[in-house]
Amino acid sequence: MADFLTIQNGRPFKRIQVPYLHFSEFRTNLLKLAFKGAEVVQFFAYQEDPSIKEVLMLGFNAPSRDFFSYEEEGTVQLMAVLRKDHQLFAVQTTAPETFDALSRQDMRFQLFEREIAEQFGLIPKDHPWLKPVRYHANCRGVKDVFGNDYTQDIPGNYPYFQVEGEEIHEVGVGPVHAGIIEPGHFRFQCIGERVLHLEIQLGYQHRGVEPLLTSVPFKRLPILIEGIAGDTAVGNALCFSQAMEALLNLTPDDGAKTLRTVALELERIANHVGDLGALSGDVAFNSSAAYFGRIRGEFLNLLLVMAGNRFGKNLVRPGGVTMGLIEDSRNLILSKIKELRPEIKEVGDLLFSAHTVQARFDGCGVVSREIPLVGVAGRASGIDYDVRQAFPTEKYSEIPACLHTRTHGGVFSRAMVRFEEILHSLDIIERLLQRPVTTQPVVWTGEVSLASSSCVTTLNEAWRGELSHCVLTDSRGGILRYKIKDPSFHNWTGLAMALRNEEISDFPLNNKSFNLSYCGFDL
Amino acid sequence: MLKILKTRIHQGYRTSQYPTKPLTLHRHFKGLPQVNTACRDEMAQRCAEMCPQEAIDAKKRLIDLGKCVFCGLCERISNGEFVHFTNEFAMAATRREDLLTSGAMPDLTVHRRKDVQGLFGRSVQLRQVSAGGCNACEADTNVLNTPFFDLSRFGIGFAASPRHADGIHVTGPVTRNMREALLRTYDAVPEPKIVIAAGCCAISGGPFRGSPEIIPLETLVPVDLYIPGCPPHPMTNLDAFLRFFK
Repeated sequence: MADFLTIQNGRPFKRIQVPYLHFSEFRTNLLKLAFKGAEVVQFFAYQEDPSIKEVLMLGFNAPSRDFFSYEEEGTVQLMAVLRKDHQLFAVQTTAPETFDALSRQDMRFQLFEREIAEQFGLIPKDHPWLKPVRYHANCRGVKDVFGNDYTQDIPGNYPYFQVEGEEIHEVGVGPVHAGIIEPGHFRFQCIGERVLHLEIQLGYQHRGVEPLLTSVPFKRLPILIEGIAGDTAVGNALCFSQAMEALLNLTPDDGAKTLRTVALELERIANHVGDLGALSGDVAFNSSAAYFGRIRGEFLNLLLVMAGNRFGKNLVRPGGVTMGLIEDSRNLILSKIKELRPEIKEVGDLLFSAHTVQARFDGCGVVSREIPLVGVAGRASGIDYDVRQAFPTEKYSEIPACLHTRTHGGVFSRAMVRFEEILHSLDIIERLLQRPVTTQPVVWTGEVSLASSSCVTTLNEAWRGELSHCVLTDSRGGILRYKIKDPSFHNWTGLAMALRNEEISDFPLNNKSFNLSYCGFDL
Repeated sequence: MLKILKTRIHQGYRTSQYPTKPLTLHRHFKGLPQVNTACRDEMAQRCAEMCPQEAIDAKKRLIDLGKCVFCGLCERISNGEFVHFTNEFAMAATRREDLLTSGAMPDLTVHRRKDVQGLFGRSVQLRQVSAGGCNACEADTNVLNTPFFDLSRFGIGFAASPRHADGIHVTGPVTRNMREALLRTYDAVPEPKIVIAAGCCAISGGPFRGSPEIIPLETLVPVDLYIPGCPPHPMTNLDAFLRFFK
């Protein structure tokens, strides 16, 4: 039996096709692949629906020993999807109640294993950093791994990392912050102004999205999906729709693919422009803060023209899009781009050439490329990974890559990568909208049954980076498990690393240079 | 310096003249729905059944703006027969029941708390509490500080500390993990104070209703102003603030 199943982005497969290994073999193989440079896309636990086992058995040709002899060891399954060299590899196992943590050998698994411990009550033995992820009870009603009593308020038993010493002091910030932003708790261990360690404790936005996705009627799914992270509504709707299309054997028409690509790029531009404005604000450079703030709105208004609201919600649906693009709107988008591109260039030049800005941006918050980041932050550290190139969907196979000039891993690079991506995305949209777009609008009423006992993993380059959904169906065509991974799941660690040895006063700047999602992480 | 001046000249003056001059949003904006009371029963029924938010009362021909996410599905499947979403952005209400509408909203200024205008009409500071939403409401609230909307010209601002605030502006369905932080923020605001529930989540739990991880806002604190939307358009927010406080 092969060690892994090679899968395609957005292509369905039967779950029995995925090699089902003994845990020790599963562990060894994953570590080997990770050692060779593979990154984790998905690694999560799920519980088999009791009725599905016989169905799997019927369709299973290999000696049944392979599949079922491990059953007595546990009732929770683990599934992992890794990526390496533009390929995706899937493997599954049954997890013992206590298992040897993979994180002991490879830190890339650490947060995934903590999530598995929190969601399913399994114990990753000798995990070096075993702490709650979002603070909620596990779904099996078994003993809590962290010894928490969830009738008590967050954070429960959260052993914050502490530095000891006479001159060491600790600064706690949040969950409610000074601005209009999401809640999260930050704890700094400082010596004078210098930060030795930053610990980021999240979970305040946890509203139970994953369990809801497997329990609500299908008609509610897209609305919930777009509520994962409003600033990534298009990205999440795209991951969801591609997954449903795979499981329903639907193919969106070419016009729909064009519009979905345009919407994803508009979302990227709006957020990147907003971030450049916010970065300007954090170094008290108010002119570009005001201009970028206003320009961001122009792009949100273009999303409104396409979708009826400023976040592109309710546009992308399984099978296509809900609204076509009339000629008026197409021309409006094109003329706005023509008008705004020189403005963005001018304001960008103003920002990046200002000495006061350079003094604050340059060399601040450098993250080594050893830290496995994704998206903007990853590319700013020289990690050449963009889902649009590695696993292209929609219209991306026709689009050239965005090249970056600054990849030193600091605030300046993260700002510059954004700026370059904005210009690149403007080109993409102009290119895609050169000709009129026609599409047959679709509606999603959820009156469907999905391909049974199947699985699909979808990846898209949302504006923060690699966004991935993984859907497992049961024998009746219902959703057995819906796993969401926001790019922030990888990148919060990057922010913590960026702050090491920086001044605490540079925290807002660094935080904004990552601009990670609390709600997308907390689910 | 020359660059700063040059860019300043190019950027010009961008602040909206609203409310002195009326402002119309793009016709694609899905705002206040207009229900067609003459719609066939079976069509109204079908819309109610399909509504992902269960926001439609087919018999009474009402849409609950506290639950509606303005996805437009009912408009699409009925091909406009049951409802048409207008580009009207003014939708706020001071009583929960006023959000059940077939298209006309009662005058907010008649039903608002009597002390509000006198206490806060000239200056009001709010503390924003993000309590588990998707960050869209927060983002479109934050945008009120950008030059186009320029909220501070009305004497309305968002304060960094609840001690400096006159009320709280709550977004999100209130997660269990934000309950304590929300209550402590509310308690820290000096009396008399205001509570604004902004967005579908804060009003009704929104897409997350039914989750054991959330607690309805109204069971925790009294709400004085409801601003519907998913998220509310900045103009919906702005209109609500102006009519409620001014």
